[in-house]
Amino acid sequence: MPSLDKKQFLSAQVDLSKFNDASFEKATDEEKKQQDVMGESTTFFKDGMRRLRKNPFAMGSIVVLALIILIILVAPHICPYSYSQMISVNGCRDKSSANLAPFQYSEMEQDYIEKTGKSLFPHIFGTDSLGRDYFIRVIYGTRVSLSVGIVAALMVLIIGLIYGSIAGYFGGTLDLIMMRIVDIIYSLPDMLIIILLSVVLQETLTPVLKGTVFSKLGANMISMFIVFGLLYWVGMARLIRGQILSIKNNEYVLAARCIGTKSSRILRKHIIPNCLSVIIITTALQVPSAIFTESYLSFLGLGVADPLTSLGSLANEARGALQSYPYRLVIPAVVICLIVLALNLLGDGLRDAFDSKLN
Amino acid sequence: MSENILEVKDLHTSFFTDAGEVRAVNGISFNLEPGKTLGIVGESGSGKSVTSYSILQILAEAGKITSGEVLYKGEDITKWSEKEMQKFRGEKISIIFQDPMTSLNPVFTVGYQLEEAVLLHTNKTKKEARERAIEMLTLVGVNEPESRIKQYPHELSGGMRQRVMIAMALCCEPDILIADEPTTALDVTIQAQILELMQDLQKKLGMAIIMVTHDLGVIASMCDEIMVMYGGRVCERGTADDIFYRPAHEYTKGLLRSIPKAENMNEKLVPIGGTPINLLNMPEGCAFCPRCDSAMKICLKEKPDELQLSETHYSSCWMNIKKLYEAQEENK
Amino acid sequence: MSNKDEYLLKVEHLKQYFPVQQGFRKVPLKAVDDVSFAIKPGETLGLVGESGCGKTTVGRTLLRLYEPTAGKITFDGDVIFDSGEEYDEKGNVIVGADGKPIRHKKIDENMLPYRRKMQMVFQDPYSSLNPRMTVEDIIGEPLDVHKLYSTKAERREKILELMELVGLNAEHAMRYAHEFSGGQRQRIGIARALAVNPKFIVCDEAVSALDVSIQAQVINMFEDIQKKLGVAYLFIAHDLLVVHHISDRIAVMYLGKVMEIADADELNENPIHPYTLSLLSAVPIPDPETARKSKRIVLEGDVPSPLRMPSGCPFRTRCKYATEQCAKERPQLTDRGNGHMVACWNK
Repeated sequence: MPSLDKKQFLSAQVDLSKFNDASFEKATDEEKKQQDVMGESTTFFKDGMRRLRKNPFAMGSIVVLALIILIILVAPHICPYSYSQMISVNGCRDKSSANLAPFQYSEMEQDYIEKTGKSLFPHIFGTDSLGRDYFIRVIYGTRVSLSVGIVAALMVLIIGLIYGSIAGYFGGTLDLIMMRIVDIIYSLPDMLIIILLSVVLQETLTPVLKGTVFSKLGANMISMFIVFGLLYWVGMARLIRGQILSIKNNEYVLAARCIGTKSSRILRKHIIPNCLSVIIITTALQVPSAIFTESYLSFLGLGVADPLTSLGSLANEARGALQSYPYRLVIPAVVICLIVLALNLLGDGLRDAFDSKLN
Repeated sequence: MSENILEVKDLHTSFFTDAGEVRAVNGISFNLEPGKTLGIVGESGSGKSVTSYSILQILAEAGKITSGEVLYKGEDITKWSEKEMQKFRGEKISIIFQDPMTSLNPVFTVGYQLEEAVLLHTNKTKKEARERAIEMLTLVGVNEPESRIKQYPHELSGGMRQRVMIAMALCCEPDILIADEPTTALDVTIQAQILELMQDLQKKLGMAIIMVTHDLGVIASMCDEIMVMYGGRVCERGTADDIFYRPAHEYTKGLLRSIPKAENMNEKLVPIGGTPINLLNMPEGCAFCPRCDSAMKICLKEKPDELQLSETHYSSCWMNIKKLYEAQEENK
Repeated sequence: MSNKDEYLLKVEHLKQYFPVQQGFRKVPLKAVDDVSFAIKPGETLGLVGESGCGKTTVGRTLLRLYEPTAGKITFDGDVIFDSGEEYDEKGNVIVGADGKPIRHKKIDENMLPYRRKMQMVFQDPYSSLNPRMTVEDIIGEPLDVHKLYSTKAERREKILELMELVGLNAEHAMRYAHEFSGGQRQRIGIARALAVNPKFIVCDEAVSALDVSIQAQVINMFEDIQKKLGVAYLFIAHDLLVVHHISDRIAVMYLGKVMEIADADELNENPIHPYTLSLLSAVPIPDPETARKSKRIVLEGDVPSPLRMPSGCPFRTRCKYATEQCAKERPQLTDRGNGHMVACWNK
């Protein structure tokens, strides 16, 4: 192509008249910088929370759980009845108050209302066969079940975290021995042990506990905690060990060793923060499983000691009068379902939001 | 020109993520002639892999071709159904990936996977498929193919696995082979073997190759035509000589300056400043302008149009238009 | 000591074996097998080789991230590790009358004081920075560990100084590592290594994961820092062009052994070992004209498994010059003039 032709060939493609000298002035550094802005600073936590907020199931679960917790905290202050006492009117035991239907008043109460003109707090869920307000019993049952779940999950977390971190970080023969112990514990049938322990411990613990705060819970409950502490941490320990083994291989741990950082600092600053999300998620999922176990055992009659109750024992008590008062079984069962479902959905939501492997 | 086996016209591909729409490919056009090798070169995030995935329509769930045409022998394949595409992939067009470790299924033998590929696209019997598998392995230079087909992928070395992948991609004699960073995970001596093999096979089978890579060395030794991408757009395309000896885009020039080669061994390298582009936050004008040393006012505001510099050479850079403008002013 | 002035780091007969379980037996995987080299203050030694040749292991063993199996490491005039074997001039361990090697006293120094003098920059800019830490804390960690400041303000000042040195904006100090691009992350990693003001840095594939345009930025920064602070580098990489550009001398490794050491230019213009020759010819040159003209020497076959190391010279299975002697005896590095050392019987 001759040069003139080439120029024409090029010029034919663009309309040069629309440009002026100013268009081809050099851009300043500031102008260029404006084009190249770094995104807003987000931390890992903020980013995860943003994702969590977008998950309708997780957010719904948080609302449900918050409502349940609010109710069980506030209700005992408003409702004038006690979970352990038969309803009394004017200091007088109300013998006619057994087996009331929801929002029904007993004869004595109706008399009282007519005579004094004062209103009485309604029995929202009616009363049980011993004349105790069923609503407040469900509230206390939920309190017990939730605290059992949370305490058990925390116990599992603490033991599992310490055991798993040591085995995972130091590795070698120590890891081998510690993990074989875990395998042995894994192979024990947990239900059988809970039942055996609660029978044995009931005899020995009852006199010891007398007069302490624990006596309210009863030996069954204590043995359940002991079993959780003895057996259920193994899953958590395994998980944390696995996490630590994979994080340990990251170059930033190697870099920290290269700097001369001590093992304890590496664990604290580099390894634990990076498996924290998995730990929180697993703990959140541990709570419903503990609640479930507690309910199951209470249903078998191995739960908290009367008059204290839990959702499982409420369901157990309702079994006898299932034909006449089916709602007494349905109510605690629904509450269990709600709590367990909400916690599971929340746990899943947390995992989706925070687990880096899924992102 | 209908002699092109593949024509891509103004292709746009986006990924719809939580953080917003990511325009990974932003108006790309190119042609591929039968039996030729086209190199697509660019940095990570330049959209080079997404271009090849878009052609095959194997994008991840969040990815979508938003506009544009991909013409295979004059037919727009973006309009085809998934069933038609399935038949098309493997038979007419195949792809080999970067990581030969993950692109073979570890639970099946190499032979089984090869036979599967043959059976899927032809009416051959099992026995014929096995023969074809052995034939293909011989073709890609695997020694003792009869015993190799009984082996599992983990028993093979990286180079061997990539050979098997090539055999699998070529078993139906496709017209086009897309190679997405085929040698990045391999060592130099193995890379040399694979590149040699690909050139040999191209001579024997006559397929066109689209070579997607970030390595200018691989591009220089393999490709007839080269397309340089940045930020989802084409900066410049032309023959290998056009790009290496007559670069007409500031990014290409910068790229060529920044690599160590025989001439600048004892000098300082001239890097391109700044950081790679954030696809979520694309500049209004030229994608490269925040990092460009000769950026002008117009670069910040307007996207440059593609200018045909010669029969084979196209470039989208305001510097070319500036030159034209200055020449015109002088003539006045 | 006599070599105090001449060499900053001297490695002699370094061996690093890893036990690998094979069935019920433990087999040693010889990742590094008898490697010797030395680095002068302010010098860059390039270390190249294919994956699995042990180059990364050499770097990590030097910094004692692995416990060396045998050998002697001298740094800045102090012997920091010595397993105690003695060697004859052919490079064999001297064995006593009882068949066991004669040993002198084993030396195994506490590494903590030396961690202030030798540091490392890692390959993967994504996994080498803790995603839960801010830039300030990442660069500040070495300062914390070695207690290199007396007040909080001094710590901050030092961190900002380091950030400026590697070309990072001071306003980025409170951001988390995952917000940065690969090149910027690598800068953070380099600032962390420089925080203790070391004399020697192992750069383990420090630019391999970066895009070409960013690679040049980081290479230039390494060179600038060397000029300014006089640090010595062991630059480990598989990209020969990059290594050639940055290094004063280059060592080529194959299967845990050094095949050739020479000046960078000398090695590129006048390679002697057949392995170096094929390695150099395999590098794709970013120039179409040369690519069309040059003929690659394509090596046949794959690298043997380090668990089934060939006898004698490890390269003999792929070498076209291999003779009987290569199978029988391992060649030692011999000087071919001007410090060009080659381990080959035939060349």
